[in-house]
Amino acid sequence: MDIHEYQAKELLSRYQIHIPRGGLAYSPEQAAYRASEIGGDRWVVKAQIHSGARGKAGGIKLCSSDHEIAAAADAMLGAKLVTHQTGPQGKLVSRLYVEEAMDIEREIYLGFVLDRKSERIMIVASSSGGMEIEEIAEAEPDSIIRATVDPGVGMQDFQAREIAFGLGIDNALVGRATQTLMGCYRAFVDYDASMLEINPLVVTRRGDLVALDAKMTFDENALFRRPQIAEMRDKSQEDPRETYASDRGLSYVGLDGNIGCIINGAGLAMATMDMIKIAGGEPANFLDIGGGASPERVAKSFRAVLRDKNVETILVNIFAGINRCDWVAEGVIKALREVGVPVPLVVRLSGTNMEEGRRILAESGENIIIAETLAEAAEKAVGAWRSYTATKAA
Amino acid sequence: MSILLDRNTRVIVQGFTGKIGSFHAEDMKRYGTNVVGGVTPGKGGHTHLGLPVFNTVKGAVQETGAEASIVFVPPPFAADSIMEAADAGIRLCVCITDGIPSQDMTRVKRYMRRYRFEDRMTLIGPNCAGMITPGEALMGIMPGSIYLPGRIGIVGRSGTLGYEAASQMKALGIGVSTSVGIGGDPVNGSSFKDMLELFEKDPDTDAVLMIGEIGGPQEAEAALWARDHMKKPLIAYIAGLSAPKGRRMGHAGAIISAFGESAQEKVEILKGAGVTIVPTPSSFGETVADVLAAMTKAA
Repeated sequence: MDIHEYQAKELLSRYQIHIPRGGLAYSPEQAAYRASEIGGDRWVVKAQIHSGARGKAGGIKLCSSDHEIAAAADAMLGAKLVTHQTGPQGKLVSRLYVEEAMDIEREIYLGFVLDRKSERIMIVASSSGGMEIEEIAEAEPDSIIRATVDPGVGMQDFQAREIAFGLGIDNALVGRATQTLMGCYRAFVDYDASMLEINPLVVTRRGDLVALDAKMTFDENALFRRPQIAEMRDKSQEDPRETYASDRGLSYVGLDGNIGCIINGAGLAMATMDMIKIAGGEPANFLDIGGGASPERVAKSFRAVLRDKNVETILVNIFAGINRCDWVAEGVIKALREVGVPVPLVVRLSGTNMEEGRRILAESGENIIIAETLAEAAEKAVGAWRSYTATKAA
Repeated sequence: MSILLDRNTRVIVQGFTGKIGSFHAEDMKRYGTNVVGGVTPGKGGHTHLGLPVFNTVKGAVQETGAEASIVFVPPPFAADSIMEAADAGIRLCVCITDGIPSQDMTRVKRYMRRYRFEDRMTLIGPNCAGMITPGEALMGIMPGSIYLPGRIGIVGRSGTLGYEAASQMKALGIGVSTSVGIGGDPVNGSSFKDMLELFEKDPDTDAVLMIGEIGGPQEAEAALWARDHMKKPLIAYIAGLSAPKGRRMGHAGAIISAFGESAQEKVEILKGAGVTIVPTPSSFGETVADVLAAMTKAA
């Protein structure tokens, strides 16, 4: 789960990480007022969306008067910012963060991730801040410092000092840098983060170390014990199709294709989507219905998939392991009658009692295309989608 | 033999008296697994499904001589249960639980390293379907009927995609020595490479099918190990060709977040290591059959 920059900064400031003075604004007037509260003569207005690379998309503006602040805020609020991380639909800006501008001497990259190779929290730092880490890895690979933390004892001061000296931080600031690094580590552990990025962490002309930006992502499996984080969820930043599905306990990812998918198991779901692609179609979504595939869950899944108006065919692929295909077939028919599916429907059942399941589907009188193998299911779905769109066009 | 599990392995169930634990304990017994008891703290001394219940794993090990445990404990408490098993001298632990926080798993992995390599527990999962040695024993939630006993090892992340592969193989009369689900989490007990090492040593396994997916470094690591150390044929499939970067596809670990983690990149690495690629998820059976035919011809 992602949170906004202002939320991450607020959280980190409780761990002795210095942040610029700033405040939240929902209107141009409020933005100008925040600037007057902060004082000084230069401010930055920052669009709060769940994405990096906001600057290039016009989501960060340096201002030096009330008038400029109000104009920048007016342009950003209500707009959809498109960055390379948001996809072409962009993300809605509904809040702004106004903060004092800093006099920057140098920029540092600082990141904490859960590294899958070492299975530990890894600190990644570079003296080439301001760029994205992928760019740094490409342009200045030697500038990257990495360290992993033993989960038995946690991060040690010497590790933080080594990184600070490695970054070439002045002796006078090494203590501050150590505090900053240790604070980040503690915040990462205390809130079950999976990623924390301060880019850039800046050395100011006044000789301070300040987090100019902050980005945090949290482990969704740990939200049960981090209600403070769960509360920060901003549904306006999510794909509405995904919000609808996740509110109903379904694992769903919206994509750009036309063939809606309802499948049990994440691996089989990905494989079925691959098969659709191989057959010449494009999946509209990933959806793992989970164990059971009860009539209620099938009905919920149909509703979730059909909320996407691009869906022009649905493919259901269930491998009945513990449950039975005849039972799943009855659930599919029940859900179909309850929800009403206005597009072609291809169903492939496999596993326990599959013949019985196929017979129930065939004799239901419903317009269901039955497939036996995974390849056949994908080919029939793509075929049904082609004739459906041809009929619609005619 | 098989790897890790056979009909003699003495198995206990952690989270034994819960609904899910009970259901699968019965199913495992029916398949022929040597289930000798279970653990539910606070219910020690009772009998459940005709078997003794213990308060602690240590108690269960002392009384029953259990060597293996399967964990059905809910996510907030599952990491603790795995560590309890490791400390009680359990040699093989299969954790089915989905939803364990990743940082809990990093602590579990660190904890397991307290023990010398020879004494260290093998952990399978979490967030997996478990494992099966067809015709012998089942420690998991998969339907036993789709596996034919035989000589192909299977290791995969996903449950149902593994079932798909096993049933395609069964349709062609190809059987399985052991099938292991290592689970879909970013930090897991055993890696693909760990399982390949065991299959390579197993005299009853002739070839191995590896079913990977997007995210993480484990498939690439396994490919390089296989290239340098494996004599048996390795066949692989990577799910998620159509998965976009940065989106989590169901499994907590199925996300492309770094270079080399996409399905296309993993397939290239595997091909480069001489691994036979299953071209589509509908051709697991055929591809394994082709490799077996080539082996017979060569022999």
